[in-house]
Amino acid sequence: MIDYVVSKSNYWIYVVLMMIGFYAMISKKNLIRKLIGLNIFQTAVILFFISTGVKKGATIPIAFHEKGEIIRAIEALQYTNPLPHVLMLTAIVVMISTTGVALSIVIKIYDAYKTIEEDEIPDKEE
Amino acid sequence: MKIFQLLIVLLTGGLLIYGMEDLPGWGDPSSPPSIHVSPRYIEKTVEETGTPNMVTSVLADYRSYDTLGEATVIFTAGVACLLLLRKDAP
Amino acid sequence: MIVQYENIIIKTISRILIPFIQIYALYVIMHGHYSPGGGFQGGVILGASFILLVLAFGAEASQKRISLKKLTVLASLGLLIFSGIGLVALLMGGNYLDYGKLPLPLESIPKIRAMGILGIEIGVGIGVMAIMITIFLAIASYETEGKND
Repeated sequence: MIDYVVSKSNYWIYVVLMMIGFYAMISKKNLIRKLIGLNIFQTAVILFFISTGVKKGATIPIAFHEKGEIIRAIEALQYTNPLPHVLMLTAIVVMISTTGVALSIVIKIYDAYKTIEEDEIPDKEE
Repeated sequence: MKIFQLLIVLLTGGLLIYGMEDLPGWGDPSSPPSIHVSPRYIEKTVEETGTPNMVTSVLADYRSYDTLGEATVIFTAGVACLLLLRKDAP
Repeated sequence: MIVQYENIIIKTISRILIPFIQIYALYVIMHGHYSPGGGFQGGVILGASFILLVLAFGAEASQKRISLKKLTVLASLGLLIFSGIGLVALLMGGNYLDYGKLPLPLESIPKIRAMGILGIEIGVGIGVMAIMITIFLAIASYETEGKND
């Protein structure tokens, strides 16, 4: 039992992080707090993807080289999986840009209604 | 207290923990993502692209069309920010 | 709205630090083939150096170095370099973004592909830098309209 929990300990951490972010997204009324929850959620997803590429006893996915020449034969078991790194590298930049767009929309909402509390917005509509 | 939201969150977390059973353990070298596509990338990258850094070669060569899409996404996000917030925006 | 503080320590330290941050960012972009790095990472570091400039000296004083007009041109230029390299490969008879067909005077196909990857990284770096500063400037220099009701 304890071996099972330890061998999957990384997934427990991501599930807990995702629950924190999800709870903030659906229960908070403040739009900025919702955004912070969204960012925590995305961080959990990114960490999950990165952890699928880990191999025990492997090094970073850069071939051993000297002056641009390979100095030892490449075996797939020696290097961690580069594919999740690539996908999450672009996902992080996209996360930053979507956060920027969301913040701009929150600023425009504040301009129009003078509040960012979700339950106060319908009262201000006329 | 927000019982309803808490219940939804706990239900989702419980489902994910239940589904966790089928996932590979930490650092398993024979997990499905490590045996399907990536060995091809790792073994052929220097021979085909002359780039020791595999992340760079996968990002900019094997999957460059994907990267073009991502660059377009962040360009669109920047333009959307400008259009939303500039004073002289149309 | 960026409120500017007259603080000699912040101004001096950022004046010393910014060139080193930019040199490091260029190193991260150009050395992305052989060490951890690349266009996205180097572009974000380069953008952070300009954000530090704006934070330390104010948006008005740094207007002649970075303005929103120049930044939109730079962002479009980054994407244009990316898709332009792909288009050159298409015109030389390969597939779109197939760097092996680029007209470069190098002896072997892998070296030509490495140069194509370098061009892509430079384009992505310019684009990401410009977009990061654009988002920061657009949000930070926004002034709400004076409708206090």
